[in-house]
Amino acid sequence: MVLDVVILFFVLGVFARLVGSDLRLPEALYETLSIYLLLAIGLKGGIELSQQPLSSLAPEILAAALLSFLIPLLLYPIFRFAKFNWADSASIGAHFGSVSVVTFAVALAALSKQGIDYESHAPLWVAVMEAPGLVAGVLLARAAQRRAESSQLMGNSPSTVSAKVSSAQGGWKTIAHDVIFGKSVLLLLGGLFIGAIAGVEGTAPIKALFIDPFKGVLALFLLELGLVAGGRLAEVKKYGFKILLLGISVPLCLAVLGMFVGNLLGLSAGGVAIFTTLAASASYIAAPTAMRIAIPQANAGLSITLSLGIVFPFNVVIGIPIYIQMGMWVTS
Amino acid sequence: MSLIKHPKSLLVIIAEANLEKLLIKDIQKLGAVGYTVIDVRGGGHSGVREGTWEADRTIRMEVIADENMADTIAQHVLEQYGKDFGITLYFSTVLVLRPQKF
Repeated sequence: MVLDVVILFFVLGVFARLVGSDLRLPEALYETLSIYLLLAIGLKGGIELSQQPLSSLAPEILAAALLSFLIPLLLYPIFRFAKFNWADSASIGAHFGSVSVVTFAVALAALSKQGIDYESHAPLWVAVMEAPGLVAGVLLARAAQRRAESSQLMGNSPSTVSAKVSSAQGGWKTIAHDVIFGKSVLLLLGGLFIGAIAGVEGTAPIKALFIDPFKGVLALFLLELGLVAGGRLAEVKKYGFKILLLGISVPLCLAVLGMFVGNLLGLSAGGVAIFTTLAASASYIAAPTAMRIAIPQANAGLSITLSLGIVFPFNVVIGIPIYIQMGMWVTS
Repeated sequence: MSLIKHPKSLLVIIAEANLEKLLIKDIQKLGAVGYTVIDVRGGGHSGVREGTWEADRTIRMEVIADENMADTIAQHVLEQYGKDFGITLYFSTVLVLRPQKF
């Protein structure tokens, strides 16, 4: 069996959507599953972290944050060249700079299935890579907007009431708060922290809930994501061939970058595969929410279609097996 | 016996759920006392929003206020968010029993 069983659930979700099935997971369940996955990933990493010294992790954390920050800056000129406007170029870049936790979870499942070892503190990389890409995207957008406004010289300024009242002004504080204390980073880091403090013995009573059923929950979550991604496939047609090409070529190029960085850090084959996967993944939870407020001019449908309709299915079905091979190859 | 009722404006704002926090802050700054938020789903000019995951959620916010304040809030929301976000606004007159609450 080439495909991991969890991927089949994703494919089932996409299929259900394409044939117009009435299958729909309750929103509360989606919310519960995503909280579970984030906590469980964090906990698992934390338990492992409790068994090893922390001191050697600084270069990895720094490299992960830097990589996430640099990705939108590298992609911006490419998207501008592909004739996307400044807002979309910055927003899509931020989606790629940030990471997809579920893509990460699928990579972990694939590595475990193949018996390939990886750094057990890998969830820490995910937590670190969530935010810098979003910050870079917003910086790019702010710079581009300033240029656009100064070249226009005058625009329609909002009325005095709006200018005085708007809570959207001072956006940095809101964005920083929403990303750092948003549920993804909070639960991942919270889980890591709890796992690291409690250790193997302390977490033994909750192991039956948080560790053992992980893969079953991931399968259910992927069914839901299949339904959502399937709904986005029709949109791919709307945006045309260009978006499909970018959705496949950009993750592959970023994967190569991730592979080199992972290898430079001296990670294991599994660790490089995870770093490669993280570099190639695009966020579809934290980024769309943050970008909608930070860069409202960007077309949210376009970036979500790209990240959830193309990049996510590509990565989980085709990309991850390639990234694992890349990790094995570069470290052999 | 009939109750004494007082007319007020009910402003309904249907918007992307992303805007919820900002809208709450804005309407409170503009002086509205209370609001009610409900998760909804639907479709319109901005496409279909099914509400199945984070970036696809929609809210319906209801604010009861004096007519002038409801107008000010609506004008602000439209100016601030109308251009880039999917927003629907509508008014109706409602009858309340305790006007000082609004």
